[in-house]
This record gives sequence, C-alpha cells and structure tokens, in this order.
Amino acid sequence: MSKLSIVTKGIIKENPILVLLLGTCPTLGTTTSAINGMGMGLATTAVLILSNMFISMIAGYIPAKVRIPSYIVVIAAFVTIVQFIMQAYMPSLYATLGLFIPLIVVNCIVLGRAEAFASKNNVLDSGLDGLGMGLGFTCALTVLGLVREILGSGSAFGHKFIDGDGILIFVLAPGAFIALAYIMVLFNKFKSKIS
Amino acid sequence: MAKESNFKNMTLCMFVICFAASALLSVVYVITKDPIEQANIAKTNSSIAIVVPEFDNRPSEEMFTVNVAGKEVNVYPAVKDGKTVGYAIESSSNKGFGGKMTIMVGFSEDGKIYNTSVISHAETPGLGDKIDKKKSGFSLQFNGMDPATADISVKKDGGEIDAITASTISSRAFCDAVLNAYAAFKEIKKEESCNE
Repeated sequence: MSKLSIVTKGIIKENPILVLLLGTCPTLGTTTSAINGMGMGLATTAVLILSNMFISMIAGYIPAKVRIPSYIVVIAAFVTIVQFIMQAYMPSLYATLGLFIPLIVVNCIVLGRAEAFASKNNVLDSGLDGLGMGLGFTCALTVLGLVREILGSGSAFGHKFIDGDGILIFVLAPGAFIALAYIMVLFNKFKSKIS
Repeated sequence: MAKESNFKNMTLCMFVICFAASALLSVVYVITKDPIEQANIAKTNSSIAIVVPEFDNRPSEEMFTVNVAGKEVNVYPAVKDGKTVGYAIESSSNKGFGGKMTIMVGFSEDGKIYNTSVISHAETPGLGDKIDKKKSGFSLQFNGMDPATADISVKKDGGEIDAITASTISSRAFCDAVLNAYAAFKEIKKEESCNE
C-alpha cells in the first residue's frame, strides 16, 4: 500500500464516521456547530497520530492478554496531555472544547486504529493512518456540524445569517441522528459512484 | 512478536506502562501548572472588569469571602478614588442541566445588577450555553435589575426573565446563581452597616 493511499483511505474509503461507523457518540454529541465539530476533530487527530505511533512502537513488547488496558492507558495519557496543553496555552479554545476533550479517551476510533492498524504496522505508516483517519473524522464532523448549525441555529461557523431560532430539533440529539443518516446516504452514493 | 501472556509478563508490562504514563503526566502537569493558573487568573480579572463599573484598584488582590448559608462566596470589591463603586461576586448554582454553573455577577453600590459574565458551565452546547453573552443576549436582560424589587425567575415560574428557548433548566439555574450572588451582596451590606 502506498503512503498516500494510507492517508486517503481514512478520508474516503474507510471514513471512520460515514463508512466504519465508529465513534458515533462524540460525533452526535459535539456537532452542534461547525466550529465545535472541527475542534473536536482536530483534537482527536492529534491524539490519534500520537497514540498510533507510540502504540506501534511498543506493541511488540505487550503480552496479548493485557493489550487493551495497555492501549487505553497510553491513549488516556495522551488525551490528558493534550488537555493540559490546551488549557495552558489556548484558554479560549479550551473554553469551547474543554467539555469534550476527555471524551476522546472513549472514542472507539482511537482504540480501534490502535488495535486494527498500529499494532501491526510500522511507526511511519501508523502515524499516516492516524492522520488520515483523523482528517476523515474532522471532515465528517465539520460537515455534520455545519449542516446542523445552518438548519438549527441559522448560522455558519458562528456567523448568523437568519434571525430567530431555526429548526430547533437539529440542535438537539434527534436532529443529529437525522442529519448523520442523510449525510451517510449521500456520501455512500458518491463513494460507490467513484469506485 | 508479542510476549507470552503469563502472570509475570502481564504484571510487569502493566506496571511499566502505568508508571511511564504517570511519570509523563506529572512532568506535563508541572510544566503547565503555572500557565493554567495564569490563564485562570486572567479570566477572572477580565470577568471582573466586565461586570462592575470602572475601578482603579486591583479587585483580585483585595478579594474577601462572605459566608452565605454555610457556603464561602468570593467577593471582589471595585474601588474608584477610594470609594467602593461595586462588587463582583463569584456565584454558582448546582441546578444546571449539566451540573455546576459558575458566573460572576457585578452589583453597583445601590444593589442593582451592573452586569454578569459566565465563568464556567457544563450546559448543552447549542442550547443551554446561550447563557453566555457570546451566544445570545439572554444574560443582558439582567443588567440594571434590582433583585430587591424585581422577581428574578423565568416567566414560566411567574418571574420577569425570558428563558432561553428549550433551555428552561439552564435559565432557571442562571437565575438561581444570580439570586445566590444577591444573597452574598445583602450579607456584605449587613456587615457594613454593623461596622458603622
């Protein structure tokens, strides 16, 4: 597999949200606006790259039966580091995203990629896989957040273009399911056309 | 190839990983501790500057606490030309939809609410987080109200506050936090009149 295809498969062919359907909990929870979705996606990407590379380094030394707890400790450590750094040097970003950062630990994508890819591949490939998956996650979250923000609050990336409240259900949990389902249908139609 | 899963290997592996992770975390914690504190102080200072009339002292250094119903409440006095012009009161409510909500409420000397500012909350993004001025004008309606005469509660409960659409609980919690701050303000006034 070429290096480029490792990155791009995470964005289209194996998009973690729209194709693999992993990490649906943070997806539905954080995408009330495009900015929130994008921030969550980028924070997850940072953790994914770090944890993937580190896990591919240590995978050879870990006995099979304690694999999952070991990976979780590694992931949790990286998430906490990201949280500390964000809190210290980017307080305004932390104010909007702080709530969601600890959620990255329980994101299935991070553990899923550690188990399915990083533990079987070398450090560089694992890092690229983390980057691709992270970008795929970020794109899906930003699009979903944008759709929900436009329909739900009548604004895009925080800029209001309609007065009033919009279709409130799209800001609430049921709207997340509806919007995700439609985006998934369109995405998979598009995907089957190009392949 | 992965190591054999016997007791010794597994224990050792978990020990090393947990030890390394905690060591790394403690290093990062020590490095980021000061910047985080600085950021928090800067945040408190900027909320104080928003919620009280113009002052020329350093409220965060003259902070004192008052006891309201068994709880210590932080109060930051704002002084200009030697005269107290208002109090910024850090107040919280546990009635929020997502738990604790902390806000800064500024009172001018006559007991009217000068301004409010949200310090931290865990309300639903896109709904309850409209208590924040950046998201909606909800909190602006408190400005200039006098809790002694006005009924600080949402209209659904018979009060004068327009609740945020679909976020009555967050709106109620905000009112609750404002009332808690007012209780602290009354306490300050009581102590002042005792001292005179």
